[in-house]
Amino acid sequence: MPQIAQLAETFSSQIFWLLVFFGIVFFVIGRGMVPKVMGTVAERDGQIGSDLAAAEAARAQADEEEEAWRKRENENRAAAQALVAKAKADAAASSEKKLAAAQKRLDKKLADAEAAVAAARTSALAEIEGVAAEAAQDIVQRLAGVSVTAASAKKAVKEAMNHG
Amino acid sequence: MAAEPAKVDPMYQFTIEPLFGSANWEIAGFNIAFTNSAMWMLITTVVLGIFVWGGMKRELVPGRWQMAVETFTGFVENMLEANIGKAGRKYVPYVFSLFMFILFANILGLLPLGIFGLHPFTFTSHFTVTGILAAISFSIVLIVGFWKHGFHFFSLFVPHGTPLPMIPAIFLIELVSFAVRPFSLALRLFVAMMAGHVLLEVLSSFVIDGTNAGAHWGLLVGVPSFVLMVGICALEILVAGIQAYVFALLTSLYINDAENLH
Repeated sequence: MPQIAQLAETFSSQIFWLLVFFGIVFFVIGRGMVPKVMGTVAERDGQIGSDLAAAEAARAQADEEEEAWRKRENENRAAAQALVAKAKADAAASSEKKLAAAQKRLDKKLADAEAAVAAARTSALAEIEGVAAEAAQDIVQRLAGVSVTAASAKKAVKEAMNHG
Repeated sequence: MAAEPAKVDPMYQFTIEPLFGSANWEIAGFNIAFTNSAMWMLITTVVLGIFVWGGMKRELVPGRWQMAVETFTGFVENMLEANIGKAGRKYVPYVFSLFMFILFANILGLLPLGIFGLHPFTFTSHFTVTGILAAISFSIVLIVGFWKHGFHFFSLFVPHGTPLPMIPAIFLIELVSFAVRPFSLALRLFVAMMAGHVLLEVLSSFVIDGTNAGAHWGLLVGVPSFVLMVGICALEILVAGIQAYVFALLTSLYINDAENLH
C-alpha cells in the first residue's frame, strides 16, 4: 500500500502542495470568485422580486382604472337614461297640452253650435207663436165674427202652447 | 519506479513519483518534490478555476455554464443555511472550495485518460491529503467554537438533561466522539476512493488475465468482469459525488455545533 509505504518520504510534499493548491482554490476561487457568482444570483433574485412587485402594482393600477372607468360608464349611462326619460316626459307633456287645447277648441265649437241651435229653436218658436196668434185671430174672426186683439190672441196662444 | 511485472498490481496506481526531476526539492529539510499527486492537485485547481471563471459572466439571464456554477454555489449555500442558519453564509467560500476541490479531484481521478497514456492520480485516495483537509475543517470548528463561546464550548460535550452523576461519563464519551470526527472524516473519503479504484483495477486484472488464459476463460470470467466494471464505473462516479457531498455536509454539521452549540 503506497499510502503507508511511501508515507515517510512523501508526507511533506503532499502536505506542502495540498496547502498550496487548496490555498489557491480557497483564496482565489472560494473568496474571490464565489461571492461574485452569489452576488449575481442575489442580484437576479432582487431583480425578479422587484419586477414581480412592479407587475403586481401595474395590475392593481389597471384594476383601479377599470373600476373608475366602470363607475364613470355607469354614471354616463344613468345620465343618458335620465335624459331620455326627461325627453319622454317633455314630449308626453307637450302632446297632452296640445290635446287639451284641441279638446277645448272642439268643446267651444260644440257649445257654439249648440247655442246656435238653441237660438234658432227659440226664434222658430217665437215665429210659430206669432204665426199661431195671427192664425188664431183670423180663425176667431171668420168663425165667430169676433175680432180679438193681437195681444189677447198672443196670450191665448202662449197659454195653449204652455199647456200643450 | 517499482519493478512492474506483467500482471496488474492494483496498488500501483497509488504510487507517488516525483516529476520533472524535482525529487530533491526541499524546504527547511522537508522534501517538497513536485509529484504526480501535486500535478493532479494543480490540474484540479486549474480545471476548477476554469469552471468557476466560466460562471462569472454575471449575466441577468444565465447561460448553461453560468447556470451550472450557480447551481453549485446555490447548493452549498442552501446546505449551509439549512444546517447552520443565516450565520452559515460566511462559510460558503470554505465549504464550496472543499466540496468542489474534492469533487473535481474524485472525478478527474476517474477519467479514463490511460487510453492516451496519461495516468490519472486520485490524490483523495491518500490519507495524507484527506487527513489535512479533515484537519483544516476540524481546526475551523475548534477555532470558531472557542472564539464564539470560549470555555462554554465544552458544554457541547454535556447534552441537555444529563443526570448529574452521568456527566463525567457522558463528557468523556462525547469528547471521544468529538475527537474521532477528523479521523472518520479523513478515513471515509480515503477508504471510499481507494476501495473503488482498487476494485476497478482488480476487475480489470480479471478481464486481462481471464482473456489471456484462453477464449473460454475470457467468456466465463472476462466478459462478466467487464460488464461489472462498467457498472462499478457508474457507481464510482456516484461515489465521487457522494463522498465530496458527505465531506462538505459533515463539515457544515460540525461547524453548526461550533456556531450554535446544541
